[in-house]
Amino acid sequence: MKACEQNRWQVLSAVSCTLVLALVGLLADLQAELPPPTAGEVDFDTDIRPLFEQRCHACHGLANAMNGLRLDRRADALAGGHSGPAIIPGNSAESRLIHLVAGHQVKVVMPPTGKPLGRAEIGKLRAWIDRGAPWPDAVGESVAEDEPVESGHWAFQPIVRPEVPVGSDPIDYFIRERLHKEGLEPAPPADRDTLLTRVSLDLTGLPPTREEQRAFNEDQADGAYERVVERLLASESFGEKQAMHWLDQVRYADSDGYAKDYVRPHAWRYRRWVVNALNSGMGFDRFSIEQIAGDLLPGATVEQRVATGFHRNTLRNREGGVNPAQYAFEETVDRASTFGTVWLGLTVGCAQCHDHKYDPVSQREFYELFAFFDNLKEDRIYAPVPGELGPYLRSVNEYRHKHQEILDEYNVSALQADWEQRCIRAGETPGVYLDYDLAWQELGLNTDGGQEIVRIPPHERTWRQANMVTYYFLGAYGLVVSKDKLKELGLSEALRKIKELNRTYPQRSEARIVYESPEPQPTFLRVRGSWDRHGIEVGPGTPGVLPAKREASSGRLELARWLFAKDNPLTARVAANRIWQEYFGRGLVATSEDFGTQGEKPSHPRLLDWLASEYRDSGWNVRHLHRLIVNSDTYKQASQGSQSLVQRDPGNALLARQVRLRLPAELIWDRALGAAGLLHHDVGGRSFRPAMPPGTTGFKAGGTDWSPSSGRERYKRGMYIQFQRTQPFPFLMNFDSPEFREPTCRRERSNTPLQALNLLNDSTFAEAWQSLAVRVLADAPDQSFRGRLRYAFRLALGRDPTAGEAERFGAYVPRRSSVAMPAADGVQHLPEVEGLEKSELVAWTGVGRVLMNLDEFVTRP
Amino acid sequence: MNLRSFNPTRSRRDFLDNTLFGLGLGALSHLLGVEGRTAESAPDALAPRQPHFTPRAKNVIFLFQAGAPSQIDLFDPKPKLHEWNGQALPESLAKELQLAFIQPTAKVLASRRQFQPSGESGIELSEWLPHTATIADEICLVRSVRGESVNHHPGQSLLMTGSPLPGRPTVGSWITYGLGSESRDLPGFVVLKTGSSTQGSTGNWTNGFLPSNYQGVLLRSEGDAILHLSNPSGVTPDMQRADLDLIRELNREHLARTGDQEIAARIESYELAFRMQASAPSLIDISDEPEPVREMYGLNSDETRDYGMTCLLARRLIERGVRFVLNQHAQWDHHSNLDRGLSQKCRTTDQPVAALVRDLKQRGLLDETLVIWAGEFGRTSLAEWRDPSDPANIGRDHHADGFSVWLAGGGVKGGQIIGRTDELGLTVEEDPVHIHDLQATVLHCLGLDHERLTYRHIGRDFRLTDVGGTVVQAMLA
Repeated sequence: MKACEQNRWQVLSAVSCTLVLALVGLLADLQAELPPPTAGEVDFDTDIRPLFEQRCHACHGLANAMNGLRLDRRADALAGGHSGPAIIPGNSAESRLIHLVAGHQVKVVMPPTGKPLGRAEIGKLRAWIDRGAPWPDAVGESVAEDEPVESGHWAFQPIVRPEVPVGSDPIDYFIRERLHKEGLEPAPPADRDTLLTRVSLDLTGLPPTREEQRAFNEDQADGAYERVVERLLASESFGEKQAMHWLDQVRYADSDGYAKDYVRPHAWRYRRWVVNALNSGMGFDRFSIEQIAGDLLPGATVEQRVATGFHRNTLRNREGGVNPAQYAFEETVDRASTFGTVWLGLTVGCAQCHDHKYDPVSQREFYELFAFFDNLKEDRIYAPVPGELGPYLRSVNEYRHKHQEILDEYNVSALQADWEQRCIRAGETPGVYLDYDLAWQELGLNTDGGQEIVRIPPHERTWRQANMVTYYFLGAYGLVVSKDKLKELGLSEALRKIKELNRTYPQRSEARIVYESPEPQPTFLRVRGSWDRHGIEVGPGTPGVLPAKREASSGRLELARWLFAKDNPLTARVAANRIWQEYFGRGLVATSEDFGTQGEKPSHPRLLDWLASEYRDSGWNVRHLHRLIVNSDTYKQASQGSQSLVQRDPGNALLARQVRLRLPAELIWDRALGAAGLLHHDVGGRSFRPAMPPGTTGFKAGGTDWSPSSGRERYKRGMYIQFQRTQPFPFLMNFDSPEFREPTCRRERSNTPLQALNLLNDSTFAEAWQSLAVRVLADAPDQSFRGRLRYAFRLALGRDPTAGEAERFGAYVPRRSSVAMPAADGVQHLPEVEGLEKSELVAWTGVGRVLMNLDEFVTRP
Repeated sequence: MNLRSFNPTRSRRDFLDNTLFGLGLGALSHLLGVEGRTAESAPDALAPRQPHFTPRAKNVIFLFQAGAPSQIDLFDPKPKLHEWNGQALPESLAKELQLAFIQPTAKVLASRRQFQPSGESGIELSEWLPHTATIADEICLVRSVRGESVNHHPGQSLLMTGSPLPGRPTVGSWITYGLGSESRDLPGFVVLKTGSSTQGSTGNWTNGFLPSNYQGVLLRSEGDAILHLSNPSGVTPDMQRADLDLIRELNREHLARTGDQEIAARIESYELAFRMQASAPSLIDISDEPEPVREMYGLNSDETRDYGMTCLLARRLIERGVRFVLNQHAQWDHHSNLDRGLSQKCRTTDQPVAALVRDLKQRGLLDETLVIWAGEFGRTSLAEWRDPSDPANIGRDHHADGFSVWLAGGGVKGGQIIGRTDELGLTVEEDPVHIHDLQATVLHCLGLDHERLTYRHIGRDFRLTDVGGTVVQAMLA
């Protein structure tokens, strides 16, 4: 209080006269806003209780204790809410309840709807509080004690596995049962070509090769389709395709986001884990537990720790001048929200700021979930992939010796030691050493843990820690010394030499991971979701509408295991529905990201429960669920529907047919390179950078480090294209790639002229048409026009041309021969192909261009 | 063959167009989401749509000044600061400030600029804005804008998307989503960009979670005007037409076989792409502009040429029916060398900006075009002095609690000032206008209710103004 008085005095003495008058006036106004207490008698039952009932209980009663406050029972009312006590008996002027209803020094006036309370009503409330807030017992008040929260919402009810008649395919049984009720018939099966293309694209994301088409065509025995399914499920591309959907949900990207948007050169190691895990047949339970809490598993392996890279996909704001604590909070919010969306299908993040009357998760519950993630620490570990360790160990001594030589040559350790000491000193006394203030701040923002590492004596630092700080120092010393001095010291040269050395000698891959802090800090609810407004302390806990976890300790590992408890109905429903939607373009619950009360209800609730129980009871066998779906007759139907059917069920919720789906960006890329024979398989490999068109880089403050990949690297699958959050590769965005800033459970499928321009004119696609033309002219077994056209159609579309199509191309090819060869920027010219007429190559390149621009080419049939 | 004869999407859309007024776009998108999200990707995703109520403006030109221009030196004179120049503020005042780089102990820096009353309205503007002064009676100057963050990326994100955290659709995307576009051969939302490129990311024109029909399309200064606009070398326009004809015929046959309206949408997209190829070059070919117009925009002077060109292009885009033009200029981030840097920025932009407003007015376009001039926040009245040995090195830090933005044209009342900051420029003293209020007002000018323009995404109806926003009635004509 005294300090406060002193401050006020300083203001009064220092600020000019008019300002003082304004301030005094303002204070007077604020005081005047609080109506005085009523002078006469106030009776709780006649004056106060009705007021609470009529104006407060809807949100602060038994059904909803919003912001943790209840005004229907004395004990709760006096205990207060998340922001602290609401009523201070005997002191109405300081009671938050009075401030809120009077709009006194608060941002929100209560009640938020209807007329504000009148001065007389507030006066009575004040008088009642000033007299000690007497609250006589009422009949029945003690009845409503803390009973368990119950919700009648369908998604939270136990999964009931419905009966299926013996001999029926369960999926077809439930779908046809409904069709029958609606008086509809299922569509006939799709033709074999369509089916092969569809199932290949769906399971692996790749079109069937010419050989695969031929093999399927020749296998006319029973079970040919099922054999194809098994081949596809066993293919490594299966893990890649399914990883794509997962990476959407976990918002994987190769850069930080925000203004600086630094590249994350090690992020791919987590993606590799996802691809490998899916290919290895890992159950969805283990797959999930290792990502959420792999570090806490007993004797956690390197791979299990790599899995926790899941938590490292958050955006990171390294912009100069930001408050790291604020963005650490935002990242934890993101982690809790992502957990809710990915596994529970609940938008828990909505409760960050306050309760919502009809939401299943309260604000307090949100912060209880948040608490599971509030003590994560970040680190990087060596996570070598097969083939790396041997070469590394054989050369490591020589490598480190040379590394040290470079540092010695430029006297780095002495310079760095001095710089570190000055940084630490500035960090301890802000506002004194202005140049090093900035250096200290930047060290914290631009490294992960650099401020802690410089406090460790150099000889106690790990190799990785030491290098991280040293490399940072070499690049950042310029912040505190002049350009001339920097040049004289030659530190940028040193850095360049070290980078060169690191490229020359074998290295171990690294992975970004998290671990639990050994010194956990308490978690606080944040009032109105503001990072710096602490409310009450909360411990970790799961939402009340779902079955309680059984174990007493409340760490992340228990949280992860709780997802897979037999009586938790959400995980299986949400996961099965997301797999389903990949095959039919919509989930049985259309809002696959939202199983809450605002989401859609399931179109086929019994089928959803059957799939969910089957998934769970199979030991969360991922391939099993995919196999069940693609082997059903429902999946194998033709996509065409009669006009009347399409009008009756435009969204195809009843599944009286299949549906054509525009492919995601990455699969259009794969299909073009696959048809062209250019695709380079590098399962789970590093990210690569296709040539970026001029004028599309340079949007980020961290500079442009998009050097295009060369050689075969640039023909890798689309899912490995480096995702730079602030300047994504334009092709991806043109075809509705998410921005990977929050979980994406289903992608948009737009249809725009920029897509047309992209496919018609982009250099990578131009290369694909040319390669397709060469394949046709060199490899088609039948080199007649018809034979060539058939071969081109087979490669690009997986089917034969119709008579009408053949006729149109018959007229087109001679016209097209007369035009010069396309040679888009950056395209390596194809080698002269011996025996090929140039005019023919030109014409067939045109054929490739046309085929790869058809709607059919960008669509799963 | 008559495509319309069996187009179920068409009839549904007609129905929706007719009922949109009462339904609200949020409900619309929700309804369509239930039906498989076909409308967003239907052939006419960008077809003009009815607003919620009678609009005051049809189109927007957003002159975004990335990096945070100093309102203290340009729009909001603070003579009182001279009494404090070179001194630290009392701790009680300074400790409340939200600062990015400097400490609360930093010294006050009074502006060295002269301010003059301009136009009949007498709005006081800095001597460094002589051209803007000539359009003073057209502009509604808001001196009390409030942001939430003092960092560039979150600040820009708040201004453009309503949230300091990235990932949401930008204002241009929301507006093209709400209204479609009048242009049939250009994108509905076009982006122009000048100045050093380190500020203002693609996040300023992203469609976020809206379908990519609504993304901002960058009109590029190098290579093709629009990415992938030109054919690969060797493909003549005739051949292009032949390829497109064959693609269309094959798509039509496929449409007949499947009845899938997505194919009809793709046929339309390819036609629009072809028209874009034809019209974009004529858009950027300004040889039809008379000499006085070029002179007015500053195309004959090195300092103003680049930005003048973007302002002229903005007008040409609006003339062609484009709904929203984002014209982004960097770099106003004057932490140091304020006098040199800021004067240079003003010399670059002042004349073209005034020319644009005057030109729109002369052509009768100003009434239907809303022009917005804004940075992501403003700058402190305290000095940032990174190299105290050099007096010219002095600059200002970031400041979000009371900065200046102006609007002109379509529906706003010119020649007035809204809001007031205190005498030291530390905080808003009268009529605060939060960024969400500004956004709500911009949508209102276009006939859109900011609470009804929503899109359902991960279980929630999102809107540009997040959970805030009140239309500032005083700004409206």
